[in-house]
Amino acid sequence: MGANRCRDPIIVVEDLYINFYTYAGIVKAIDGVSFCIERGETYCLVGETGCGKSVTSRALTRLILPPGKIERGRILYYPEPGKVVDIMKLSEEELRMIRGDEITYIFQDPGTALDPLYTIGYQISETMLVHGYINRIKEGISKAIQLLKETLIPDSEQRAKSYPHELSGGMKQRAVIATSLANRPKLIIADEPTTALDATVQAQIMELLRNLKKQRGLTILLITHNMGLVAEMCDRVGVMYAGQLVEEAPTEELFQNPLHPYTRALLRAVPNPLKKIEKLESIPGTVPNLIYPPPGCRFHPRCAHVMDTCRRQKPMFIRVGDKHYVSCWLYSRR
Amino acid sequence: MAGVVTEHVQGADKGYDEAVREAWRFLPGEKPLVVLYRLKKYFPVKGLIRVKGWVRAVDNVTLLIPEGKTLGLVGESGSGKTTIGRLVLRLIEPTSGSVFFMGRNIFKLRGRDLRWFRRNAQMVFQDPYGSLNPRMTVYDIINEALRTHKIDVGDPKEYIIKLLYEVGLNETHLYRYPHEFSGGQRQRIAIARVLALQPKFIVLDEPTSALDVSVQAQILNMLKDLQRRYNLTYLFISHDLGVVRYMSDYIAVMYVGKIVEIGPAEEVFEKPFHPYTKMLLASIPVPDPEYVKKKPPIRVVGEPPSPVNPPPGCRFHPRCPYASEKCKREEPSLVEVEHGHWVACWHPLN
Repeated sequence: MGANRCRDPIIVVEDLYINFYTYAGIVKAIDGVSFCIERGETYCLVGETGCGKSVTSRALTRLILPPGKIERGRILYYPEPGKVVDIMKLSEEELRMIRGDEITYIFQDPGTALDPLYTIGYQISETMLVHGYINRIKEGISKAIQLLKETLIPDSEQRAKSYPHELSGGMKQRAVIATSLANRPKLIIADEPTTALDATVQAQIMELLRNLKKQRGLTILLITHNMGLVAEMCDRVGVMYAGQLVEEAPTEELFQNPLHPYTRALLRAVPNPLKKIEKLESIPGTVPNLIYPPPGCRFHPRCAHVMDTCRRQKPMFIRVGDKHYVSCWLYSRR
Repeated sequence: MAGVVTEHVQGADKGYDEAVREAWRFLPGEKPLVVLYRLKKYFPVKGLIRVKGWVRAVDNVTLLIPEGKTLGLVGESGSGKTTIGRLVLRLIEPTSGSVFFMGRNIFKLRGRDLRWFRRNAQMVFQDPYGSLNPRMTVYDIINEALRTHKIDVGDPKEYIIKLLYEVGLNETHLYRYPHEFSGGQRQRIAIARVLALQPKFIVLDEPTSALDVSVQAQILNMLKDLQRRYNLTYLFISHDLGVVRYMSDYIAVMYVGKIVEIGPAEEVFEKPFHPYTKMLLASIPVPDPEYVKKKPPIRVVGEPPSPVNPPPGCRFHPRCPYASEKCKREEPSLVEVEHGHWVACWHPLN
């Protein structure tokens, strides 16, 4: 079935395969992932370490460095309805015009995203300069201050003159967000944007992203391992496991009616701070090594409902309800 | 000296009576195993020539860790929770104040007494990649602990295999190296090494923060089982409130070097009295979309201040929606607001 399950997509990914050629062997990091992001929504990719959520998000602008390689698949970007750009066919130069301009990234560690040798204002201005919005750094400074205001950095005139080490982690992440907004992006890819931050600061940053999205009509792809953030931020969720998309549904549907045994187990394994829990359920075993991924369904060695078919054949990603898709033999007609 | 205190501990060190009397108020009805008394740890901030200031990582903390129970210590980065974890194991020396373990002042212990303490008070670190020697096999890693403490267990191999079964591993893992294990398995090895010494007290400093959710649950459940079986006492340090609630009997909330609230875990979560605790609870993303819809918008203001120059008065006042003039001037101390529930605030909630 086609990957385009969206009415007005901004991104469509079809049958993506990515390998990493390491000394230990070929890591089959992404194995046939297909999804799309609706214009104006917040889409989450959720999963544990090594499930491929970050790699997938980077592949959207082909930010995969050797030894990684996109083996095959289609990535289509729709800057506006009806207009389509085939990311896989663009030259490096054309890609660079999209990255940091129409599609921007916010990464986990704001410390490494900023250059310690330049002021915040300079760095924001520089993004506009490379993309040709301004001709000289100086022109961008007042715009930078405006952006710092928009991201609620107090005392923004002063902060534009500050160096990254003079700011706290939360303020740095705000500055990174300001940078990512500099060129009027259409899609922001936020890869674990608050994992390095404290709880109260995380809440502030999430609130900021939510408001910016509303004000500017942005589309957000949020990469996270935190089910709480999924519940608070996202419209639709894709659950990844060992390089595959195993389930996709609107957020409420996913929490109320999780179908894939992995999704179910994952939801029960998260301790909810608002409830008293007598016994936490755990998932036996560990995430598989993707050099030698388990045959058939990659979750089968840890699954409580494993059947014969699961060990032999990879399940199809099938529709089980309105916008609800799952890849599991329990729901396929055998 | 007569009294309740000395009935518990024979041969207690000087100052123990006073310390336990003060710390016991917070957790009445529990048997004290570790007592922190007016504990301070200041780290110097070095300038070019002389010390420019002091980071007040732990500032006058009095606390009791009850035997066979788990005390959860929560707070954001820089709140001093890890420093407390290191102080109670004497991994660092305090600026002032004392820590008593079974009545003995651990900072005064020497020689055989110190070794007795080291064996009985152990730690599981956050990073299972950094805490195991990559050049040693699992057998060597655990056996080293036994040899260091000169513990006679008969046949060490048999003993170690038994321990591996305790933590969900088996004899096939005996001669493997750390790099052959996943993060969760490494944490199991670290726990087996700690259990080998049959300690009474274990500091768990973010033991599952580096692990994935699916593995985290396994480790947490195992720690709970072990506690029940061996009557272990845990100091559980974490920034993940969900995990802390699941693990702890009592909770102490820290903010910039001070304890601002302490009480039974359920009460602190259900009915927080300190505005900071409430803010902290409100800022955790809850994995429940139904709840999120009903949730009132949170008002989180500012960021934790630097412990070098903490604000005067109540350290939380610049971020507190209820702050008054008094809060800016006078520092509140812990008072009992409900039975066994203490809070340091001039205007407690509820």
